[in-house]
Amino acid sequence: MSSQENDETDDLPKHGLKGPSPDERPHPEGRRNSQGIRIDPEAEAEPEQRRAVLSALVEDDPGVLSRIAGLFSRRQFNIESLTVGPTTVENHSRITMVIEESDPGIDQAEKQLAKLKPVIAVGELDDDAVRTELVLLKVEGDEPDKVHAVTEMYDGQTLDAGPRTITVQLTGDEQKIDDAIDAFRQFGIIEIARTGYTALARGDQATVPGEKPGTADEPTQPTNAQ
Amino acid sequence: MSKQAPSSPNATTEAEVDPDEEAEQAPVTTGSEAVIRALENEGVEAAFGVQGGAIMPVYDALYHSDIRHVTMAHEQGAAHAADAFSVVRNEPGVCLATSGPGATNLVTGIADANMDSDGLLALTGQVPSDMVGSDAFQETDTTGVTAPITKHNYFASDADTVGDTVGEALALAGEGRPGPTLVDLPKNVTLDETDAEPGPAEPPETTRPQYVADEENVEEAAEAIEAAERPLLLFGGGVIKGDATEQARAFARGHEIPVVTTMPGIGSFPEDDDLCLSWAGMHGTGYANMAITHTDLLIAVGTRFDDRLTGGIDTFAPEAEVVHIDIDPAEISKNVHADYPLVGDAGIVLDQVDDAIDASPDADEWREQCQTWKDEYPMDYATPDDEPLKPQFVVEILDEATGDDAIVTSGVGQHQMWAAQYWTFTEPRTWVSSHGLGTMGYGLPAAIGARIAADDDQDVVCIDGDGSFLMTIQELSVAVREELDITVAVLNNEYIGMVRQWQDAFFEGRRMAAEYNWCPEFDMLAEAFGARGFRVDDYDEVAETVEEAVAYDGPSVIDFHIDPAENVYPMVPSGGANGQFALTEDQL
Ligand SMILES: Cc1ncc(C[n+]2csc(CCOP(=O)(O)OP(=O)(O)O)c2C)c(N)n1
Repeated sequence: MSSQENDETDDLPKHGLKGPSPDERPHPEGRRNSQGIRIDPEAEAEPEQRRAVLSALVEDDPGVLSRIAGLFSRRQFNIESLTVGPTTVENHSRITMVIEESDPGIDQAEKQLAKLKPVIAVGELDDDAVRTELVLLKVEGDEPDKVHAVTEMYDGQTLDAGPRTITVQLTGDEQKIDDAIDAFRQFGIIEIARTGYTALARGDQATVPGEKPGTADEPTQPTNAQ
Repeated sequence: MSKQAPSSPNATTEAEVDPDEEAEQAPVTTGSEAVIRALENEGVEAAFGVQGGAIMPVYDALYHSDIRHVTMAHEQGAAHAADAFSVVRNEPGVCLATSGPGATNLVTGIADANMDSDGLLALTGQVPSDMVGSDAFQETDTTGVTAPITKHNYFASDADTVGDTVGEALALAGEGRPGPTLVDLPKNVTLDETDAEPGPAEPPETTRPQYVADEENVEEAAEAIEAAERPLLLFGGGVIKGDATEQARAFARGHEIPVVTTMPGIGSFPEDDDLCLSWAGMHGTGYANMAITHTDLLIAVGTRFDDRLTGGIDTFAPEAEVVHIDIDPAEISKNVHADYPLVGDAGIVLDQVDDAIDASPDADEWREQCQTWKDEYPMDYATPDDEPLKPQFVVEILDEATGDDAIVTSGVGQHQMWAAQYWTFTEPRTWVSSHGLGTMGYGLPAAIGARIAADDDQDVVCIDGDGSFLMTIQELSVAVREELDITVAVLNNEYIGMVRQWQDAFFEGRRMAAEYNWCPEFDMLAEAFGARGFRVDDYDEVAETVEEAVAYDGPSVIDFHIDPAENVYPMVPSGGANGQFALTEDQL
């Protein structure tokens, strides 16, 4: 079934994942490390971990979330957060994932995600991408004025204020949320719920490869291209 | 090999009247009929399975179909048989099971197919949709259980679309890098009325692989090959699955590059060719492993660099840059970093690279060196007459007694390694074994699937271990009922031998739970099933008995009582360096 005649070559789909071109690839010398990568003997044996924000555009098949979560646990990818929600296209959702992995690990995660049937396209976001997180904080209600002041300082909103507790909502990048949580500690934090990042590429860059900004009502063409 | 369904005589007569004209198909009226129609549309000839409550509607639709159904003794057997069918035919095999225990019994076979990238479509019955989630009788979350071991699985929700879903699942199983897919079929969906004829079977848009490699990358890889001093080709199972053996052979011979295969790649290149160094890895030949250790450019095609092949990654092909051709981008640099990644179909990319090469690498010395290693580390075993029977000898005699294109299936253990080492494979799709998952009990059901897929004049031999044979021995009843011409050679050491070998080597000889000296008399057991049974203890009886068993037109079992102390060598200890293989126990 997979036999392909040569003269049919031109008719074949060509939009797979290409891999980087020669000049984009490192050509290190030396022995391999435990990840199969040739390393400079002088350099560190294990590649460093970094955080990456991945965005996947998926079809809303039943079980898509569990397939993605299952992939992460089965392949031992270190996942920090995962958010999911609908897009402008019917039956499509966007999943934003933050993972902490070495470069080869991030590359593997992307490729393995791209292989899942409901995944239309997947890509890593640049550092300049717009990313934000939402957090709900429930604190003791003894000092409502002060709580209000801190909430204002962090551009938050009070969602619920009762005689004993106050619940506020904050959004922003990780640093801002961490700082805010620190600031709220003085009141006694009772409960926290954080969503993890959701993100979009900045400007007219596509968030996932093949996604065309400004044509939201046109379905995205599947591409697993880089 | 005649079909048992009462409807078939009728169908045959019709076909005889006018063989060219396709018999007018009755319109689809139920979900089940749509399921079967989707299989028929794709030319599915055989399916393997076991009946049961939730799958009964599908079987009812099969009653009127020309698809040959083989009832297996156990669903694991059905999955393995379908898997082996796919290996031999190079198209997805089909298996069926009922919900709950039927579906869970398929799991080992599905996982096996997944690890070996074998195309497989599993159709499972399910409790009616409105009872799903209620822990109904024979309910299991089949899509949940099989999600991690399938390429994709589907829960059919509607009789009007179920035919298309089955077509898509079948197409997806065979597309690109093949693998298992599953469609879970709630009983109401298969019973519901529909007149929706399934459309053309197409894989989902989101999974389309890339067949042609990036030209810039091809140029660069070609330059690396031209410049290599010690080039080595490594052919994996992908060469066979990609139907690229012709291109692979032409490439190797055209540029005179020595060839090593992986175990699933056995048969991609003839093992009796001077350029062939056989297979590499834990129990691969010394010369294959030496070549891997010393090559400066490893051209790997359709392999996923399994650890049984590579040993310790940090010592794998230590001097080599790697060209990696694979249709699955996720395999590139997964285990071994690819210096020259080429994503695409094996045959197409090999031709692309071939076209891009201006001059073959200058590697006379290297080829000579490889030849020297062949002489230095020959595959050998001792056969003094007074010693108990050696399994390697049995394998060699079986090889001699059967045709060049004979198909060999195996269980998992020492016997599997001896079969792979001492049989000389020359054709693709003649070595059918459980590689990635290493499933004991694979051999006999695989022989059944292979027999049904094979040409009538092709011999099918199952080389099994006593332990492996016992795991799925009930399938002998199927071979007898279907009158399948299969020869089972049990290399009986009354041990689960591979475990014993490791216990002796790495656990100071504590043979905990490795003895099988309560083994039944396999020859008598075979007769009890209705097969022919033989027992062989001595060298003198081997050739004659093998001849008789192979000549017998039906299933036969030869119980070879082999030297229980025999071990598999060479051996690269797990995680070790390929170049440091042990040829005897003392070297471990
Ligand atoms: C289903 C399953 N269970 C356990 C194992 C672990 N295992 C690997 S080899 C082996 C021994 C196989 O014994 P046998 O089939 O008699 O073959 P031999 O090694 O003696 O040739 C065992 C138990 C396995 N591979 N598969």
